[in-house]
Amino acid sequence: MWHDADVTRGAGRQARDVGTALLFLLPSLLLFTAFVFFPLGKTIYLSLFFTSPQGNPRVFAGLDQYLELFASPVFHAGLVATFWFVALSVPAGIALALVLATLANRRVRGINVFRTAMVSTIAVSAAVGSLIWLMLFNPSLGLLNYLLSLVGLRGLNWLTEPSVAIVAVSITTIWLSLGFSIIILLAGLQGVPEELYEAAKIDGASPALMFQRITVPMLTPFLFFLLVVNTIHVFQAFTQIHLLTRGGPVDATRTLVYSIYLDAFHNFQFGYASAQSLVLFAIILVLTVIQFAFVEKRVHYQ
Amino acid sequence: MIVLTYAVLAAASLVVAFPLLLALSYSFMTEAQVTSFPPPVLPASLQLDNYARVFSTIPIGRYLLNSAIVSLLVVIGQLITASLAAYAFTFIRFKGREVAFLVFLSTLMIPWEATIIPNYITVRDLGWLDSYQGLAVPFMATAFGTFLLRQSFLQLPQALIDAAIVDGASRLRLLLQVVLPLSRPALGTVAVYAFLSTWNQYFWPLLITNQTLMRTTQVGLAQLRFEESLRWGFLMSGVVMVAVPTLLLLVLGQRQLVRGLTAGAVKG
Repeated sequence: MWHDADVTRGAGRQARDVGTALLFLLPSLLLFTAFVFFPLGKTIYLSLFFTSPQGNPRVFAGLDQYLELFASPVFHAGLVATFWFVALSVPAGIALALVLATLANRRVRGINVFRTAMVSTIAVSAAVGSLIWLMLFNPSLGLLNYLLSLVGLRGLNWLTEPSVAIVAVSITTIWLSLGFSIIILLAGLQGVPEELYEAAKIDGASPALMFQRITVPMLTPFLFFLLVVNTIHVFQAFTQIHLLTRGGPVDATRTLVYSIYLDAFHNFQFGYASAQSLVLFAIILVLTVIQFAFVEKRVHYQ
Repeated sequence: MIVLTYAVLAAASLVVAFPLLLALSYSFMTEAQVTSFPPPVLPASLQLDNYARVFSTIPIGRYLLNSAIVSLLVVIGQLITASLAAYAFTFIRFKGREVAFLVFLSTLMIPWEATIIPNYITVRDLGWLDSYQGLAVPFMATAFGTFLLRQSFLQLPQALIDAAIVDGASRLRLLLQVVLPLSRPALGTVAVYAFLSTWNQYFWPLLITNQTLMRTTQVGLAQLRFEESLRWGFLMSGVVMVAVPTLLLLVLGQRQLVRGLTAGAVKG
């Protein structure tokens, strides 16, 4: 009797708990369904159709738009631009952040003032940062070309020369990413046990050797995290390109995201742009899985 | 040695903050000084004409209000949805919890930019273009914030929760009166993070706002870039006005922000 009653009560309670839990999860689940999962499904659907200028599917295209995409010279140029964008901004940005984080990790009086200044770009929006750099890149009035002229170099047409424009966009991106990267690396540096350095010092190791043999290995997980996350951020970058180059000159900065924007909202080819969205999704999915797999492994080690 | 340390720190800080300081400096310059050669670094005088002109030529007050409303809506929305979900993941044992957790996790793998076309169509068809709900509602749920709050809820002493349950507290009262008051730091982190990322958005508000009066600060400011003749002093005073709120938030909420950002790297 008791036993039965207990079981019944347990089952009832469990059913009630599922109901309660769903009620608590409902607001999030509804929003995720409406603005994450449904749109992902619809992106796949739209990519299989030629669409009207309003974005309604008109004629079934199958994989035609993907074939067109992979054969398109503009798309190839865009992938090359995206590749250069990542290659120019991610490693250099992390290296610079590492130098600055090492400085910011000094334990001296008033260090917080310097830290706040060094991480300040975390609070700067991409729009604000881009407008300031737009001014710095100005060929005649901008400070950058003046500084180049001081050391005897010819000024550059930062935003109007195809091979230079991607560099200008990358410089802006590096600056914008510094705050985030420094915060992450500073957290990593603060986790390095002081005793390691003291022991090395007793052994007569030079600061350079300690940096190479202690700091960098201890920071590897953080550097790897930044490598993946900053790469994802660069793949998603839109504002810098919109405000600095608008994808030009001659498609030199037409990255994947910018190409999606142009094809969907300027050329009104929603289906074709959706196919590109899925390429972007696939790339970021792979990067995220790498990151998760890596974090998982680290957690087990600890 | 210590002097050298400070000199290096000051130099590094100055280089990083230089673009921001230059924007501040240019905001005080007359257009004549801006266009002089060599490019000036410091203003000749602290004239405020540029700021006055920003106020008289663009509805900057309205832009700032729009951004504040949208950012606060997202903060409130995320705090509500994330604390409810985090409560379920922490304190309710239910069948399908792992599946629900995976559903939340998977949203982190889907970049907003890859789903922006259907989202634009949805918001347009709902008649939400040029509206606060169109700007805010799509961002009101957060897997990241949910995980952050769950981490915090897990730290709470189980005895406290049990005592409240024995007392007959309902789930919602338990959440509101026991769990949330003890989780203020984590709530602060979610709030600061949500505010900053919403305030700084550009792509989405650019797409779904056309009326001048519904623009957010970022988009409204950036429109000046596409005007016929760029006036740098004028533009930079706008830049300063848009950047100051988030820079203040950084100074005041740095601890919360740092905790949020490093959660991904340190705890995984």
